[in-house]
Amino acid sequence: MSWAAILVLAVCSYLFKLSGLLIGNRIQNPLLLRSVSLIPPALFCSLIALQTFETSGQLGIDARFAGLVVALIATWRKVPFVGVIVSAMIATALARLAFG
Amino acid sequence: MTAGAGTSTHRRDSVVLGAAVGLVGVTFGVLASTAGLGLAKALAMSLLVFTGASQFAAVGVVSSGGSAISAVGGALLLAARNSLYGMRLSERLASAGWKRIPGAHFVIDETTAMSIAQDDEEAAVEAFWWTGIALFTFWNLGTAMGVLVGGAIGDPNVWGLDAAFPASFVALLGPHVANAPGRVAGLVGAAIAVVAVPVTPAGAPILLSALAIVPALLVARRVGPAQ
Repeated sequence: MSWAAILVLAVCSYLFKLSGLLIGNRIQNPLLLRSVSLIPPALFCSLIALQTFETSGQLGIDARFAGLVVALIATWRKVPFVGVIVSAMIATALARLAFG
Repeated sequence: MTAGAGTSTHRRDSVVLGAAVGLVGVTFGVLASTAGLGLAKALAMSLLVFTGASQFAAVGVVSSGGSAISAVGGALLLAARNSLYGMRLSERLASAGWKRIPGAHFVIDETTAMSIAQDDEEAAVEAFWWTGIALFTFWNLGTAMGVLVGGAIGDPNVWGLDAAFPASFVALLGPHVANAPGRVAGLVGAAIAVVAVPVTPAGAPILLSALAIVPALLVARRVGPAQ
């Protein structure tokens, strides 16, 4: 990740925040508003899928899958954020030890 | 204007929330370090971008070998949400005047939630600043600590750190899939990404997954205006 990328991200994030603050409720287009609020579930789930099943352009199941299952269960059981992460890590580390 | 008990509650709440967010910041620091960012870049992200989901997405894509375009593209798509928060806060913070220019940096999920939970405008403005400053402080301290811990870790895969990336999004996902359109966006987004992997260049799957908005919007229209 280059410094240029970080700066682009920083400037754009700030502009998103500032523009919303200054525009207020002058933009009422429900389609636009709804679309933006649907980006997080779409992207989060694709990130979850890619970061669990993809390795360098190939799809497959490996120890990370154990981590995903545990993360889902922990989140469903309302375990706090760090607990979800740590239990997923432990599950994956163990699965890797057991199955390689 | 409410004072006394009401005021001190949201000040204390801001600090408690800040501590919790600090832990998330530590996680980010560790993941950023695993992704090869180093203290300067990781801290720069937390100081200058200050948007959790975008930061996690960026280092996640970098760590799995994705291109800078997809890392930044995915992070930008997620950052767009901040404009919605800005719109929600706009009326409440109108009295802050020129302070909104620097203050805009603090417009994120938690500051918005804390601010709109207050009964009157003065408390709303104060809650925004307290939460913003508390979160900014803890988020950055946490990031720095996380990078230092991450640097001491050795082979991250032995510790299952590669699973921490998707796990962080599982943990963040909840509120976004509480309704039908969100669930559709999630399922279709994951499906698009997976299908795209063998047939598109690196980095494309994550960006293409945003197209899941289309079926999700159709579901929203069918479910009704409440969505």
